[in-house]
Amino acid sequence: MSELRAQIEEWRAAGRRQVRRLPSWSNRAAVGILIVLGALLPFAFAETSGFLNATIISLAYVVMALGLNIVVGFAGLLDLGYVAFYAIGAYCVGWFGSDFFYKAHLHVGVSHFAGTLPGIHFNFILILVCAVAITSVMGCLIGLPTLRLRGDYIAIVTLAFGEIIGVVAVNGQGINLVDGMTLTAGNLGIPAVDLPYFPIVGTFNLLDLRPWYWLIFVIMLVVLFVNLRVRDSRLGRAWVALREDEVAAVSMGIPLVRTKLLAYATGASFGGMSGAFLGAYFTTVNAGQFAFSFSIFVLAMIIVGGLGSIWGAVFGALLLSYINYYLIPDVLNGLPGDFGLNFSLTQLSFGIFGFLLVIVMVLRPQGLFPERRRALELTEAIAPGGEEGAPVPPT
Amino acid sequence: MSPGDATSAPAPSPPAGEAAGEPLLRAEALTKRFGGLTAVDGVSLWIAPRSIVSIIGPNGAGKTTFFNMLTGLYKPTSGRIVFAGRDVTRARPDVRTKLGVARTFQNIRLFGAMSALENVVVGRHVRMKAGLLGSIARTPSVRREEQEVRARAREVLAYAGLAKNRFDDLAVNLSYGDQRRVEIARALASDPTLLLLDEPTAGMNPQESDRLTEFMRALRDDLGLTILLIEHDMKVVMGVSEQVTVLNHGERIAEGSPAEVRADPAVIEAYLGVQDKS
Repeated sequence: MSELRAQIEEWRAAGRRQVRRLPSWSNRAAVGILIVLGALLPFAFAETSGFLNATIISLAYVVMALGLNIVVGFAGLLDLGYVAFYAIGAYCVGWFGSDFFYKAHLHVGVSHFAGTLPGIHFNFILILVCAVAITSVMGCLIGLPTLRLRGDYIAIVTLAFGEIIGVVAVNGQGINLVDGMTLTAGNLGIPAVDLPYFPIVGTFNLLDLRPWYWLIFVIMLVVLFVNLRVRDSRLGRAWVALREDEVAAVSMGIPLVRTKLLAYATGASFGGMSGAFLGAYFTTVNAGQFAFSFSIFVLAMIIVGGLGSIWGAVFGALLLSYINYYLIPDVLNGLPGDFGLNFSLTQLSFGIFGFLLVIVMVLRPQGLFPERRRALELTEAIAPGGEEGAPVPPT
Repeated sequence: MSPGDATSAPAPSPPAGEAAGEPLLRAEALTKRFGGLTAVDGVSLWIAPRSIVSIIGPNGAGKTTFFNMLTGLYKPTSGRIVFAGRDVTRARPDVRTKLGVARTFQNIRLFGAMSALENVVVGRHVRMKAGLLGSIARTPSVRREEQEVRARAREVLAYAGLAKNRFDDLAVNLSYGDQRRVEIARALASDPTLLLLDEPTAGMNPQESDRLTEFMRALRDDLGLTILLIEHDMKVVMGVSEQVTVLNHGERIAEGSPAEVRADPAVIEAYLGVQDKS
C-alpha cells in the first residue's frame, strides 16, 4: 500500500515537473531572440519597400489563419464563410474610424486633426475592441444554426453565411440606417478611413510602413500567445475532443453548445482584428474585397501548414501570402515576358496555387508542420499498411 | 410497495429486495420512438446505490437506446428519469455527467488523436473550473488545477491497469484491451457515482473477462460505485450482478436476481425461441 502511495507521489512530482519544464529558460531565450529579430526586421528594408508591404499583409493573414485554425483545426468545424469576419472587422474601421456616419460627431482618443472631422472617430485600439466584440457575436450567430450539423453540412451553412455578409456589404448602400446614412457604401467603398493614431507615436502614414509592421506584429504576437495558451488548456482539449468524437465528448461532460460557440467566437474575433487592421491599412473598405475566394485562401493556408497545428497555420499563412503578394507580383511577374509570352504571372496566380496545393496534398497530406498528434497518427497508420500506396489524408 | 410485476402497467415498480431506501437511479416508463419504430417501450428500472445491475437482451432489444436515454444523448419520448433525487429527464448530457453519471461505449469511442492521459484529462472536464480568460492568463489556480488533474489522471490510468509507459501513447495506437482500460479510466475521471458500461467484455477472452469482473466488484467495493451493465457474456452477468433486467423488442420481459431470470420462461423464449409443438 505504501509502495503504491510512493508511486503516486512520484507521478504527481513528474506531472509538476512536466508543466514547469515547458517554458524553460532556453526556450524563453529563443522566443525572446525571435521576437527581437522580428521587431528589427523592417530596418533591413526601405520604408516603403514591396517586401515590407507583403510582410505586413502576410502577418495579417497569419492572424486570420490562427483564427480559422481554432474553428477548423481545433474544433473540426469546417467554416467556409470566414470572409464574413474579415468584412465585419473591416467595416468596424469604416464605421468607427471615418466620416462615413457624417452626421454623428463622436471622437474618442484620436489625433487633433481627426477630432475636427465629422463622423465617428475612435482610437484604433478601441476599434479593435469593437471589431472583436461584434465579430464574436456574429461568430456565435453563425454557430447557432450549425450546432446540430456535422462536417460538410456545416461547410454549406457557413459558406452561405459568408455570401450573405458579402451581399449585404454590396447592397448595404441601400439600407438606410438613420438620416440618410446607409449601412455600407457598397462597391463604391468607404474612402479615407482614419490612419491609426497613437499618442507619442503619432499618426501612421503610407510613406513609412514600419509602424504598420510593428502594429500587426504585436497583434500577431498577442493572437499567437492566446492560441498557444488555449491549445493546452481545458477549453482547447474540449475542442479537440469534440472534433475527434462528438458523442463521446458530450458524454464525458463537455457542454456542446457552449464549447462550439466559444470556438466560433474566438476564431471570428481574430478574423475581425485582422480585418480591422487590413481595412485601415488599405485605407478603404470596399464590398468587392470580401469574395468567397478569400475564405478558401485562408483555409488553404491552414491545410498546407497542417490542420490543427498552430505553427503550421503561421507558416502556411506566411508561405502562401508571400507567394501571392511578393513572389508572384514583385519577383516573378515578368518571367513569362522574358520568354516572349504576352501575359503576366499574376494572371496565373490561381493556377499556381492550385498546383501547389495538389503537390502538398500528394506529397505531405498532413501539412508542412502537422500537429504533433496528427503526425504520429499518420506516420503510424502509413507504416504498416504499405500496400495502400498513397497515404490517406486525415479525416 | 409490492414487488414489481414485469408484465403489468408501466408504473414504476421497485424490484424485489430493493424496495427499501431511495434508489440512486429511477427510470419510470421510459419510451423512445424513432418515427414508427418503438425502440424502448415503457421500461422502468430502479437501481439501488452500490449495486451492480445488468441489462441483457437479444440484439436490437433496445439496450443501448435505453443507455442513451439515461446519459442524455436521446431525449425520451415519454417517461421520467430521476437520478440521486433529481429529475434529469430533460437535462443535457454534460449536466448529468456533473451530477455523477459516466459511461463507456459498446464500440470504443476514445479521442483517437489524443494520448491516453489526455483522454482521461478530458474525462475530468466537468470537475475543472478553468475558463477561457483564466487559461490565457494561466493564473496560479489554473496552473495548479492542471497539475492536479494530470496527477489524478495518472492515478486513474494506473488503477484501471494501463502500463505506465503507455500513458503518452495516442489512443488509436493502443491495443484493444488497453483502449478498454483507457475508456473506463476516462469515465472514472469524472468521479461518477453511477457507471454505465456498454458491453465492456466485448472482444475479450475468458481470462480478461474474469479480470474485468473482478475490477467491477472492486469499483463497487473500493470506490462505492453503482454499476449498470449491458452485457452479452452470461458468465459475467450471472457472476457479478445482483439484479438483471431483460429487454426484448424494447420491452422489459423479466427482472430479478440472476437465478430468477435464468429460470424465467419468457427469457428462455426470447433467447432460444418458442418450442414448436406441432
